[in-house]
Amino acid sequence: MAAVAIAAAVEGRAGQSSATAVPKAEARKLSFYYGAFRALSELDLVVHENRVTALIGPSGCGKSTFLRCFNRMHDLYPGNRYEGEIRLYPDDTNLLAPGVDPIEVRMRLSMVFQKPNPFPKSIFENVAYGLRVRGERSGRAIADKVEAALRGAALWDEVKDRLRELAFNLSGGQQQRLCIARALATDPEILLFDEPTSSLDPIATASIEELIADLKKTVTILIVTHNMQQAARVSDYTAYMYLGKLIEFGRTDELFIKPKNKQTEDYITGRFG
Amino acid sequence: MAYARDLESIRRLIASHKRWDLIFACCGVLALMVGMLTFTALFIDMAIDGVPRLNWDFFTNFPSRHAARAGILSAWVGSCLVMLVTAFVAVPLGVGAGLYLEEYAPKNWVTDVIEINITNLAGVPSIVYGLLALGLFVYQFGFGQSILSAGLTLALLILPVVIVATREAIRSIPVGIREGAYALGATQWQVCKDHIVPYSSAGILTGIIIGMARAIGETAPIITIGALTFIAFLPPSPIKAEPPFISFDWLTSPFTVMPIQMFNWTSRPEAAFLQNAAAAGFVLVLMTLAMNGLAIWLRYRLRKNIKW
Repeated sequence: MAAVAIAAAVEGRAGQSSATAVPKAEARKLSFYYGAFRALSELDLVVHENRVTALIGPSGCGKSTFLRCFNRMHDLYPGNRYEGEIRLYPDDTNLLAPGVDPIEVRMRLSMVFQKPNPFPKSIFENVAYGLRVRGERSGRAIADKVEAALRGAALWDEVKDRLRELAFNLSGGQQQRLCIARALATDPEILLFDEPTSSLDPIATASIEELIADLKKTVTILIVTHNMQQAARVSDYTAYMYLGKLIEFGRTDELFIKPKNKQTEDYITGRFG
Repeated sequence: MAYARDLESIRRLIASHKRWDLIFACCGVLALMVGMLTFTALFIDMAIDGVPRLNWDFFTNFPSRHAARAGILSAWVGSCLVMLVTAFVAVPLGVGAGLYLEEYAPKNWVTDVIEINITNLAGVPSIVYGLLALGLFVYQFGFGQSILSAGLTLALLILPVVIVATREAIRSIPVGIREGAYALGATQWQVCKDHIVPYSSAGILTGIIIGMARAIGETAPIITIGALTFIAFLPPSPIKAEPPFISFDWLTSPFTVMPIQMFNWTSRPEAAFLQNAAAAGFVLVLMTLAMNGLAIWLRYRLRKNIKW
């Protein structure tokens, strides 16, 4: 049943991506270690500009670990080590190079987390924080950016009269859209989503998915999801991971309808995982 | 049949199990009462002796050989000034150390040793701090038997409390909030000043005030560094009429504090002085309770906006 639903989701999508896709980032032989434990082994993956790339796979397969390599979140904890490269185009910077400051990387790539994590500040200050970190002082410029980001996250109409209210007063789905606005406010080159809807109800999930489909016009998206239907609905490319390895990567329609790999097929048809 | 099957025996079994709930609840209440009733009895006893002695003059008079004319002016002023010094020293040092240990310090055996030591410091008898201060502040640094020496001593004494409270408060901030800030490209310092410190301020303030409430009642270290028991003058005023308007002469002034004044009165033979001691004790307990009340109120106010 699941397979049928997925196939329907893939085929039901209008306006599949146009032909030319430019690489925005590329993982090359990327391995990652938590201390002595090798969590990722030699992954190769291309993230295309203005496309949605989904990472799927059973729990513990390393998809979140992979995502968190892109903005160097692993640098926050001791004992973590990367091998290989993640190239960011067009300037062809290796994000994992020792000489590249993780803070610089995080200024270029934004992240939205699994659980909405607004700061205990006002709605406005939540969105403005990334700009303040970047040294923006002009109140006018910040206000404009905040409005644009909240519009981009489809939240403006709901919060425009209560920008000074505490972000915790919003519903779960609104909080997650606020976190998306916060990530958007700084014009990231890539937006990383780590299972953004796993703590949300179906209606909030639908609104986030709609938003993701909308956002790819302006930003490149890499999304981790445990939900195959979601990957089928929102992504242009899908990567299937298992035990820290990339098993199959390809266009979402091809991967879901005619997977080349037996393991992928077993997973997406629900025989495994 | 090893276990209860029919409804009747199940009910009997539950009843016998529930008896233990009751027995434990009784023991618990008893244990609670021992502490509560002892304190209440002491407090009431002190109040009965001391309250009749409380009047305006008691607060505005210096100590005297005549019990009826003796007051606690120099003691409460001394206590307040010493607390001021303590707060000014203990707060930046304690919060800074706690923040560093929690957010900056690498997690290795050195920080483990430091952590164990800080916990141990909280258990060192206060008289030991007094001896340390006598050697270090009074003689080595030449601060003398002054408000400055006393404030520094008490600051050392409550430093572990402030550090531990700071760390606990910081640890209660969810990882997601911290990661959210880092993911926006904030540096460690930006995360600390914009997020960690503001969100943990309620816990930190509570720790500070509870530490101060402990310090205000400390007697042993203050006696060790040589506070006088009979002071019939006030330290020089910190505010002056002529420029630069602020003076720090009071820091080096001799002083006495509330618990020492009490101690002095209880060691007198006349019953009237015991009454004075009870009155001073009553005031001191009220000061401590007021500080704890302030801590609770601040925590409530500051935590209102933060629910993890």
